[in-house]
Amino acid sequence: MREMRLLSTSGILGYGFPEASLKAGLERGVDMIGVDGGSSDPGPYYLGSGTPFASPMAIRRDLRLMLRAALSARVPLVIGTCGGAGGEPHLALVAQMVREIAREEGLHFKLALIHAEQDKATIKRHVAEGRVRRLGQLPELDEATVDRAERIVGMMGPEPYMRALDAGAQVVLGGRSSDPAPFAAVAMRGQMPPAPSWYAGKMLECGATPSIPKGHDCLHVTIDEEGVTCEPTNPARRCTPLSIANHSLHENSSPIHHVEPGGLLDTSECRFEALSDRRVRITGMQWTPAERYTVKLEAVEPVGHRAISICGTRDPMLIGRIDTFLDEVRGAVRTKAADFGVSPEDYSLIIRSYGHDGVMAEREPVHEIHGHELGFLIDVVARTAEQAGAVLAMARTNMLHTDFPGRLCREGNMAFPFSPSDIPVGTVYRFSMQHVTQPDDPCAMFPIEYETV
Amino acid sequence: MTRIRDLAEVCKSKNAGPFDLTIDVVFRDRALFDHVQETGVLNAALFARLYKVEESTVLFTPYPAGCAFKATLPRLVSAGDVGDTDVYGAQQHAPLLDVDIPL
Repeated sequence: MREMRLLSTSGILGYGFPEASLKAGLERGVDMIGVDGGSSDPGPYYLGSGTPFASPMAIRRDLRLMLRAALSARVPLVIGTCGGAGGEPHLALVAQMVREIAREEGLHFKLALIHAEQDKATIKRHVAEGRVRRLGQLPELDEATVDRAERIVGMMGPEPYMRALDAGAQVVLGGRSSDPAPFAAVAMRGQMPPAPSWYAGKMLECGATPSIPKGHDCLHVTIDEEGVTCEPTNPARRCTPLSIANHSLHENSSPIHHVEPGGLLDTSECRFEALSDRRVRITGMQWTPAERYTVKLEAVEPVGHRAISICGTRDPMLIGRIDTFLDEVRGAVRTKAADFGVSPEDYSLIIRSYGHDGVMAEREPVHEIHGHELGFLIDVVARTAEQAGAVLAMARTNMLHTDFPGRLCREGNMAFPFSPSDIPVGTVYRFSMQHVTQPDDPCAMFPIEYETV
Repeated sequence: MTRIRDLAEVCKSKNAGPFDLTIDVVFRDRALFDHVQETGVLNAALFARLYKVEESTVLFTPYPAGCAFKATLPRLVSAGDVGDTDVYGAQQHAPLLDVDIPL
């Protein structure tokens, strides 16, 4: 029976993996080495700022091992959502690292870069042509939202990867991609049917996460026409039918219906069979092609500038009246900020109380405070960095000095652990699109560049 | 009183994309999953009440193959927006821990 063997090194490029696990994977035999390079999970900042959320030092370490391994095994190295968010600066960062490592190691290959960042004119044209529709709570996409975006990426499917591999690329770096796409691309290009190819991608995009104990490590997956076989390459980990089944819960809205660019992966009829105490075979997955091919749009827009300060109180009288106290602080800041020309519409002041409702905010079901101390995060977001710093300084002073009935701690209400106490954080972004568009064809929004390294 | 924290193997929350929160409760085997399902305690209405959202916005899916229940519902604000307390959505599971399952 024909089969394809794919190796994923970890959940994210730069999260690290044991070198021995990569070696063990190569010894089992591989047709491709890959990794998912990104996620929207660390929040909107990284897409907005053009920076990675994993450190360049850690990304470089993982890349070096993977490049050496793929070139020596003569199999493609395929990386999705490069640089964490998959925009132009993210892809450029990883591409530059690949060139530098290749020079240092004396490696030569054909490199493909697949771009995913979208220009605003194209997206506006798609809006005008009625190709874009909303997926969730956000309203229909309009021109103003496109204009406000700091950066827009499209989430590519496997087709651009297949095209790059068809062109002979040995190393393929993709911008923003559906997480399973790089793996599904290699499998489908190897004549495997879509259902097991996508299912394998779903497993591989998180590295060894579908195994126990969980950890950042390598996963080896064999795909054939009937199903998928998963095995972690580190002997300390095991895949079990339950660990594999439960991976379908991870970061999905449904454990059985997975919407992808060209269709729907349905895992409701999956059967899980232990081939050994650490190897699991999965069959019964189904793929239904979509009537229309869609590409998800991801974008962020700037909302202001942040400054924060951290402090805590150990005073029981203050803790006993904390809600009133915080209201008084907010009121004093409102008045004094207006005095220096910053009106309430120019900023938001949020005082998080850790030990009270700092983690769940208005969803916190527990209202009484049981601890003997409370921690505070004073969070100011304003139109400009200067305004944020000014409002924060006033809030910090009023947290420290606001008087209250029965106050014994007359020199100050708060312990500040740092000097300076006020920390400028930079630009704050928010996710601004939750929409899909219909491209002319699956590769139309994702141009490919080739170079000889 | 048999609470979820005493019965479940896993009780966790996480983002499902930047706009939704997804909560999973996993039991050790199919027999226990079936028992829990028969009590009818875990359903969309429970999650709507615990997380203060409209029931129509809760996608509730029993997942027998994984001995698990999943509920996906809107976040208070999108991940990382002003006012968010939990960018990854990884610490929003606690209200479920004390839910009583009358076995």
